[in-house]
Amino acid sequence: MSVSPAPDPMLPEPLRIARAKRETHGVFTFELDVSARGGFPFLPGQFNMLYPFGAGESAISISGDPHRPDRLEHTIRAVGTVTRALERLGRGDVVGVRGPFGSAWPVREAEGSDFVVIAGGIGLAPLRPVVYHALRHREAFGRVALLYGTRTPDDILYRKEIERWRSRLDVEVEVTVDTAGSDWRGNTGVVTKLISRAAFDPGRAFAMICGPEIMMRFCARELERLGVSLDRIWITMERNMRCGTGLCGHCQFGPSFVCKDGPVYRYDRVLDLLLVREV
Amino acid sequence: MPVVLAAADLDALVQALAGRGYRVLGPVARDGAIVIDDVRRAADLPIGLEDVQGPGRYRLERREHDAFFAFTVGPHSWKQTFHVPVERLFQIRRQQDGFSVIPDAAPRQRVALLGARACEIHAIAIQDRILIHGEHPDPRYAARRSDVFVVAVNCRRAGNTCFCASMGTGPRAERGFDLALTELIEPGEHRFLVEIGSDDGAAVAAELPVRPANPEEIGAAASVSERTAAAMGRRLDTSGLKERLQKNLEHPRWDDVATRCLACGNCTMVCPTCFCTEFEDTTDLAGETAERTKRWESCFTLGFSHVHGGSVRSSIKARYRQWLTHKLAGWHDQFGTSGCVGCGRCITWCPVGIDITEEAAAVGLPKKDG
Repeated sequence: MSVSPAPDPMLPEPLRIARAKRETHGVFTFELDVSARGGFPFLPGQFNMLYPFGAGESAISISGDPHRPDRLEHTIRAVGTVTRALERLGRGDVVGVRGPFGSAWPVREAEGSDFVVIAGGIGLAPLRPVVYHALRHREAFGRVALLYGTRTPDDILYRKEIERWRSRLDVEVEVTVDTAGSDWRGNTGVVTKLISRAAFDPGRAFAMICGPEIMMRFCARELERLGVSLDRIWITMERNMRCGTGLCGHCQFGPSFVCKDGPVYRYDRVLDLLLVREV
Repeated sequence: MPVVLAAADLDALVQALAGRGYRVLGPVARDGAIVIDDVRRAADLPIGLEDVQGPGRYRLERREHDAFFAFTVGPHSWKQTFHVPVERLFQIRRQQDGFSVIPDAAPRQRVALLGARACEIHAIAIQDRILIHGEHPDPRYAARRSDVFVVAVNCRRAGNTCFCASMGTGPRAERGFDLALTELIEPGEHRFLVEIGSDDGAAVAAELPVRPANPEEIGAAASVSERTAAAMGRRLDTSGLKERLQKNLEHPRWDDVATRCLACGNCTMVCPTCFCTEFEDTTDLAGETAERTKRWESCFTLGFSHVHGGSVRSSIKARYRQWLTHKLAGWHDQFGTSGCVGCGRCITWCPVGIDITEEAAAVGLPKKDG
């Protein structure tokens, strides 16, 4: 199950920014105009290489709705040379795009299960296509929970959307922050703490986690403690992805290439490597 | 049937290849080493030279013979001919309403490899598997590989750092050539046994002043390869190696080798199968034209594993472990073959003489005292 990229996957395709939206401090979302190419089909979890003119490329996961290939969205955190160059662009500017690359969240495999989606920080962006899928096919799943942790209330991504999701009666949405002022009425503490409070049956649960490596490990450990089978937990790995085709070698993670065999992995298949430093 | 070419007529082979429009590349002595460069006549070959190799050591010495191919492999490999060290992929021009991408044309070359050794033919096959037969073929590599004539040479000597016999990749070239030469030197008689590996090879051989080989000559050539294999002092025991390496990522030997390894990346540059690359995007001063260049990269650099927040493999231990486990273990998972052909270049060209066969053998074994 994969969507093939353009014939020469090394050539960027210029696409115009149709909409640019600031999400939080340093995080922004681009919607790219893909009408001329008839849409941009992708699978939840896949990523593109984005290229601001002359500045290099960065691997950015696709954060839009997989059922709306007419809208190609990326949510980007400005942390390096390339992403800062992207931050300076706006509506009407052009970025180079290569992709989609990489493995997908197994959303169909999760159907029929209680579904727990756990995101940390910018990790919500690669999981947003999963949330869209689950909400669109809500009847295919058992209970659905989205557990989301950020540093502060100001770092909450897609705030209005989260409010809309939370107002639905068929989805449990819990947000927690590391630190907050006295005006914050919500949860504080690490996202791990939300797991045992969420309503799902560990025996029939399916979980997808995206965030910092340490956060994913502790979440998976908590899920395991509650009785979730390790082969029903999926995570994403971050490595230096440069070509997207498994040929440049930078993203190697044990015997796999994160850009081709990942970024989405079944937890039990990478657990041993996660326990070794600097793999 | 094999044929015999007199050594004095070797130049006829060079000229036959050149006459067919091939750029003939082969070994030449330069700057104290045998490197790969254009060969315009047989006299350009390193006649009478032998290489003396060891861990971290390479010297050329002149011998009292006029053998054309008495040396083994040098710092260059054919990797540089197909998986080139630097190439531009495309230019991008800024336009009023965005930019346009102008791909560089697929490279064209018609090359003859004169003197490819068995290990090197295996190395080329491994790179083909990765760069042509994988999920995402590299069109530029494939173009460079599309019109190649291979003249193999069976090694007469085993270099001190060679271990192809234990890797099953040599010293005799079994396939993957158009012609294969075995140099036979006897008092008063200097000739090549020429085996024909393809129709192209047969066509070229037909243009040469050759005669059918007799059974003694065929036997003499076989015993050259047998003697070379028998003389090979170094070996890598590959049985259970992949599992042993992958199960011992925390073995103390990694700390031990890290105290010696300089992380210079020489091993990856001289390795005929290492394929990692980096991309560099640059712009002109006016900011109107940008381009992307691909160049060889080494997993020993800090930048190689860089992600936001730093390098994944910041210690030399982790980088050496990545290289060795990838080459000898992960490669099997990814490409169904070892990434090592036993050419020994990484041992010779390591400035501190780290020996891949020793390190691989030590990982997973109880640590020796002292």
